Amino acid sequence: MRSRRAKQGLWIAIFVLPALIMVGIFIIAPLFLSFYNSLYNWDGIKRRDFIGLRNFASIFSQYPYKDRFFNAIKHNIIWFIATMLFQNSIGLFFGYLLSRRIKGSEIYKRIFFIPVTFSLVAVGFLWALYLNPIWGIVNKTLKQIGLSGLAHTWLGDARLATPTIIAVNIWRWLGFPTLIFYAGINNIPEEYIEAAYLDGSNEWSLFWKIIFPLIIPSVTIITVLTFIGSLNVFEQIYVMEGLDGGPFYSTDTLGTLFYRTAFGSVDTGLPEIGIGSAIGVVIYVLTFTASATSALLLRRKEVEL
Amino acid sequence: MKRLVLIMLFVFVFAFSMFLTAKVTLEFWSWRTEDVDVYNALIKMFEKKNPDIHIRFTAFKQTEYNTILSSAIKGGTAPDIIHLRAYGGLEQYAAPGYLVPLDDKVPALANFSDVAISGVRSKKDGKLYGVPFAMQTLVIYYNKRIYKKLGLKEPETWDEFLANLAAVKKAGYIPLANGGKDGWTLEVLHGVICPNFYGANGFFNAVVAGKTNFEDERYRKSLEKLLELRPYMPDNFMGVGYTDMQMLFVNEIAAHFIGGIWEAGYFKSLNPNLDFDIFAGPVAHKGDIRYVSSFNDGSYGIFSGSKHIKEAVKFLRFTATTEFGQYFTDHLLQISAVPGIHPKDKILKKVLELNKHSTPYIMLVGFRWHQPTGSSLLQSALQGMMADKIDSYEVVKRVQKGVETWYKPFQK
Repeated sequence: MRSRRAKQGLWIAIFVLPALIMVGIFIIAPLFLSFYNSLYNWDGIKRRDFIGLRNFASIFSQYPYKDRFFNAIKHNIIWFIATMLFQNSIGLFFGYLLSRRIKGSEIYKRIFFIPVTFSLVAVGFLWALYLNPIWGIVNKTLKQIGLSGLAHTWLGDARLATPTIIAVNIWRWLGFPTLIFYAGINNIPEEYIEAAYLDGSNEWSLFWKIIFPLIIPSVTIITVLTFIGSLNVFEQIYVMEGLDGGPFYSTDTLGTLFYRTAFGSVDTGLPEIGIGSAIGVVIYVLTFTASATSALLLRRKEVEL
Repeated sequence: MKRLVLIMLFVFVFAFSMFLTAKVTLEFWSWRTEDVDVYNALIKMFEKKNPDIHIRFTAFKQTEYNTILSSAIKGGTAPDIIHLRAYGGLEQYAAPGYLVPLDDKVPALANFSDVAISGVRSKKDGKLYGVPFAMQTLVIYYNKRIYKKLGLKEPETWDEFLANLAAVKKAGYIPLANGGKDGWTLEVLHGVICPNFYGANGFFNAVVAGKTNFEDERYRKSLEKLLELRPYMPDNFMGVGYTDMQMLFVNEIAAHFIGGIWEAGYFKSLNPNLDFDIFAGPVAHKGDIRYVSSFNDGSYGIFSGSKHIKEAVKFLRFTATTEFGQYFTDHLLQISAVPGIHPKDKILKKVLELNKHSTPYIMLVGFRWHQPTGSSLLQSALQGMMADKIDSYEVVKRVQKGVETWYKPFQK
């Protein structure tokens, strides 16, 4: 009996090991390495003296690191709030509509999901072209239909740049929460909904009293994923605005700040690996604690079927 | 026995001939993806004279070059010959000892100009770590066809320049192609316009020595000149990026383009019919000396971990010859840093002429040695100023505050 158990354990270990090694080398080890690197003073790309937590102190208290850091984190928070507010609530609405089997829902389901499969870099690049103030199709269309007042410098205006990139990202990613919510709602046994109708419930209370509590697991997943995604957002900004998070740092996030600091931006940069690693550490500590607590908090709200 | 001796002799002769013909292959990395053909031609010239050396030239995307190079150096897999940037960009590899000092290895360096040499001298030990490859100058390009059509002539003073811009605007062209989406193009704009207003070398030497700082009124006021250019930039210019600027000028939609001399070859390749010329940044009063900002663009260096330093030195000596420099200048339409070059191109001749009064490109030469660099501080602050988010007082304050965190002469 015991030997069979051991054998089974061995088999499990064999199957798990390759993944474990990959995760260990490419995820766990770099986490600790960057923490290690963040404790040192760097001379270009050469590690010099141990300086304890001084790099962290710089991030939080020294100009210009402090300004850049809090400015970046502010934009990450904006990303999270805007994505939750717009992308995920629209996704929930669409998922609900699809589950109500409205006409053509099968086609919509596919259409909504198509942009999710697009390469992020291609989407960013194309949208940057569409939004170009001189040649871009967006402003040209607006001017042609007599709305030239709405033709803005989308990516060059410090007030509009972050909302514009978020909107592009929502365009691309909307299909994902839609599909998750759709699947969640589809999982609810028909009887519950029929019973609610029999009890005289209207659509509104059906949604809030029956459906929403039962899809909390999907909400949890989407919230946690949105949080992690918002903290790590990088590619969209890199492609559409470049590493400097321009104009005037109005699109800078922890991701671009980290990259720019650790590896040096193209035209002005010298790498600061110590400070960069410290920012990296802050990002993963934030990601870990926040997703863990939000998962715990939301799990409490889950209802057993 | 006889047979054995014969075989051994044969093996020995074979091995010896292998040894004689064994080619050393040197790796040469660069970010100049546009110049691959010219480099390969130059390498062929070198290989003809040095048949035992083979050089493999690899160019990486400019935006990824630093990262790729840094990781390769850290991992010990760096190429033998490295295309290096200048000033602080060189220092980051020179100071920790990743490069071979060339003072006694490439004697021709002694003949290079001071501006060229300043870009390859390490601040740490004063040694030279690269053979400078190109000198860049910042100028104003103008479309000659438009100028002729409107009966305009090259401006000398600031007021004449503004009058030309206004005339071009009236004729329906975009007067100035420049935008503000890519911060570095604003730094270039500042490098063309401001030196003639902040007092070029006088201010540069004073600020580098710490005798004054960026909050000096001369410097702050010079930045305000940039604001006067805004009405002549494209609509929504804060959304206009570098490639947009190039397209506007190349397609004759815009009449002026403020940028570096490295654009000239690219402009010609995109639109061979484009008739353009250059002039230096305008001055306040007629007869004032017109300065152009210039700088060393970078150099070729040798990785200290290379197994073939001797061969790499041979190639670097070749890059310091007039043969190399002349071919480089003629085919890349850039000014080689090798002394004694005579450009055939009309525009390059003019660049040499303008360089009689040159001033160091201030942030790159003086303040791009440590983070936060003067350039990164200035670029974003200028974006803020051009978009009316902050004023010129705030720009110089931010630059000063950032640079003084590491610049010793400011800390006295």
